Amino acid sequence: MNKTVNNKAWWLVLPVFLMVAFNALVPLMTVVNYSIQETFGNNEFFWSGTTWFEQILHDGEFHASLRRQLVFTGLVLLIEIPLGLAIALCMPRQGPWVSVCLVLVALPLLVPWNVVGSMWNIMALPDIGLLGKGINALGIPFNYTRQPISAWFTVVLMDVWHWTSLVLLLCYAGLVAIPDAYYQAAKVDGAGPWAVFRHIQLPKLKHVLTIAVLLRFMDSFMIYTEVIVLTGGGPGSTTKFLSIDLVQKALGGFDLGPAAAFSIVYFLIILFLSWLFYTLMMREEAR
Amino acid sequence: MRKRHIVLTLYIVFLMLPIYWLLNMSFKTTNEILGGFSAFPRDFTLDSYRTIFTDPTWYNAYINSITYVVINTVLSVAIALPAAYAFSRYRFLGDKHLFFWLLSNRMAPAAVFVLPFVNLYSAVGLFDTPWAVALAHTLFNIPLAVWILEGFMSGVPKELDETAYVDGYSFPSFFVRIFLPTISAGIGVAAFFCFMFSWVEMLLAKNLTSVAAKPIVAVMTKTASTSGYELGLLAAAGVLTIIPGAIVIYFVRNYIAKGFALGRV
Repeated sequence: MNKTVNNKAWWLVLPVFLMVAFNALVPLMTVVNYSIQETFGNNEFFWSGTTWFEQILHDGEFHASLRRQLVFTGLVLLIEIPLGLAIALCMPRQGPWVSVCLVLVALPLLVPWNVVGSMWNIMALPDIGLLGKGINALGIPFNYTRQPISAWFTVVLMDVWHWTSLVLLLCYAGLVAIPDAYYQAAKVDGAGPWAVFRHIQLPKLKHVLTIAVLLRFMDSFMIYTEVIVLTGGGPGSTTKFLSIDLVQKALGGFDLGPAAAFSIVYFLIILFLSWLFYTLMMREEAR
Repeated sequence: MRKRHIVLTLYIVFLMLPIYWLLNMSFKTTNEILGGFSAFPRDFTLDSYRTIFTDPTWYNAYINSITYVVINTVLSVAIALPAAYAFSRYRFLGDKHLFFWLLSNRMAPAAVFVLPFVNLYSAVGLFDTPWAVALAHTLFNIPLAVWILEGFMSGVPKELDETAYVDGYSFPSFFVRIFLPTISAGIGVAAFFCFMFSWVEMLLAKNLTSVAAKPIVAVMTKTASTSGYELGLLAAAGVLTIIPGAIVIYFVRNYIAKGFALGRV
């Protein structure tokens, strides 16, 4: 659509601009302020330059949570994106079952995040939970409060349960939007289901898949509530991801400086990786 | 064809199992829960639900949560509407930069904002009120609402605006009487997503309130951590938090998928 140049449109955007600026700029400035200053209480601050940043960048704990975060996000993307796409292909396109399936599939997205944590906590209890009891009954020792592997398995499974539907809904929306003419043309050419998928559906889905990967990347990189309720970052600190580490530093101790430097590094990592994903996928799309 | 049905059914069963388990727990007595594994409640009881509906700490927490979610949804959608119209119809100084700046707020981890938000909202005297949580949640809901609404509005041909102006409508009366009804589906979808993200968020909601405006998520985590044996109560509270979402999702089921696809990155 060709748009008219009209700077008066700023008046329409102004409320949004003011609201978001109030919420985003003031806190960000606070964080930046803390990150370069030293305080001994009494609201007295001293310039400390890049001390906190150096401290955080050399902090072994930060490195460990960053590594865990990258492995977790990688795993989650590798499972959820193909699974969501595969199940979207299985969804009915028309008929009475469409809305039933949509409502059921979308349900996990509407569950408060702490309830997701509690739900899987109860589900995976080794003695009285369906999942924990089930796995133990198969002869595999399972206890997510003791064994790191069980904890990781439960956390990843929980995220798959929680968020695969988002990928599914996005892909489904993309699939429904493909005009019938494409399928008819494929039929005339005698294309099999795999050829239809490879040459019609997948190219048409690139845009929604980009959105799905970006959203899943950002949200899984920020995961906090579900994990804190399910494992509390444990056993030990084997499931302590970046947000959990940050909240412990910011609210637990009085280390405002390091916590603020942490926040800024954290935010920059997300921005950089999102930009990277976006550019790579856009280049692929342009090809 | 057969294979597809099986895969889809398996997936839906996988989604429903934890929810079933939660329901199952919520109807059990504490003794039965701790007594051992059972796939369905033997002594069916509504005690957990009775506690929640009679104890003011519990039901007030639900009211608090619904209060800030509704304030947030109304506020986000109302101020995102004119902005989305501006983005979809006009080019103006810095429009693209502004749009991406808005979206970048969606990438900010809530954990980064907890501490500054507590300072900010204490400073303006809103700490421990539903307004603090509602306003804090607009940080990620306004960009989302602008994004979704802009997608829907761009689908409406510009001729609609032009015809209305020729017919003598002023901008406000055109916007309210003609334009808003045209994109009502979009407003529904945007409101749905604002409702959803505000309803499910816990970190900010918990830390921006202390006593008076305590949301359900905070009461639940307290129960979970202080008395591990009240699993039945926790499960019942969990079941009750799923219900509003399920109702909302039923009403917008036909628009959910569309809402995502029409936006642009």
